[in-house]
Amino acid sequence: MNYVETLIYIFLGISVAFNLLGSFALLRFPDVYTRLHGATKCTTFGTIFAVFAVVTHALYQLHRTGDSKYLQMALHSFIALIALLLTNPTGAHAIAKAAHLSGVKPVRAVVDAYEEKLGGGSE
Amino acid sequence: MPFIVAFLFAYIVWLLLTAGSNGLLWSTEELVAGLIFAAIIGYATKDIVGENSTRFLNPVKWLGFIAYAPVLFWGMVKANFDVAYRVITGKIRPGIVRVPVDLENDAQYTILSNSITLTPGTLTVEADPEEKALYVHWINVPKGLERPESSEPVTGPFEKWARRLGR
Repeated sequence: MNYVETLIYIFLGISVAFNLLGSFALLRFPDVYTRLHGATKCTTFGTIFAVFAVVTHALYQLHRTGDSKYLQMALHSFIALIALLLTNPTGAHAIAKAAHLSGVKPVRAVVDAYEEKLGGGSE
Repeated sequence: MPFIVAFLFAYIVWLLLTAGSNGLLWSTEELVAGLIFAAIIGYATKDIVGENSTRFLNPVKWLGFIAYAPVLFWGMVKANFDVAYRVITGKIRPGIVRVPVDLENDAQYTILSNSITLTPGTLTVEADPEEKALYVHWINVPKGLERPESSEPVTGPFEKWARRLGR
């Protein structure tokens, strides 16, 4: 096992660790908003490292064999990463807003300015 | 102009997706098919993309996005250790706070909202360009900051970056 393969395993390890942490966050936190924190941050970060591992592997194989399919592998994973970085927080925002508009209140909240704004608007 | 922007963007994505079809470069079929499909996409989306989109052709802006990547990445590293700490200890003090921000257009709101969703302890619930405020779910509201007067404790360095990148 050489240095590049070690690096790939390190990336995969970080990726799995943070995705696991995201799953724990789903179990540990009390309501939809705090769970979204864990679900979006940890899975995005974990997936970035999964993509890093794929790109490293692909570039290494490209360097070794010169086969163009590895170039495609690296580029496609990288585009998937950019799409994920743009859509994951947007999706979390949409879920949070939808949850609030459907009347799900944040548990144990010390302040809820959005509720005050909505309440002030309807009265 | 919006047609050219949409066309260029679609064609670049096509080229990235089909690289390696002829050795490490592109075969002629892919290049021609890409031109046709990018033209269709450019024509179909030119009204949605809008006149403002030409500012994204500025190469300085692209360098800005590249320089922004490590800042965002470092923010995400801190965010993940923060969430890890809260998952293990269970110490949370959640709340939705109203954060006044000083931004001008939709692109800046998008960049800032997405960035602070990925960075420590904050999740954008609603962006309101009319009253220039973000409603942010904060997982650990510090005592005395339930009604923040400025955006600094929530957005950190990201507001400055969003203002610069989305201009």
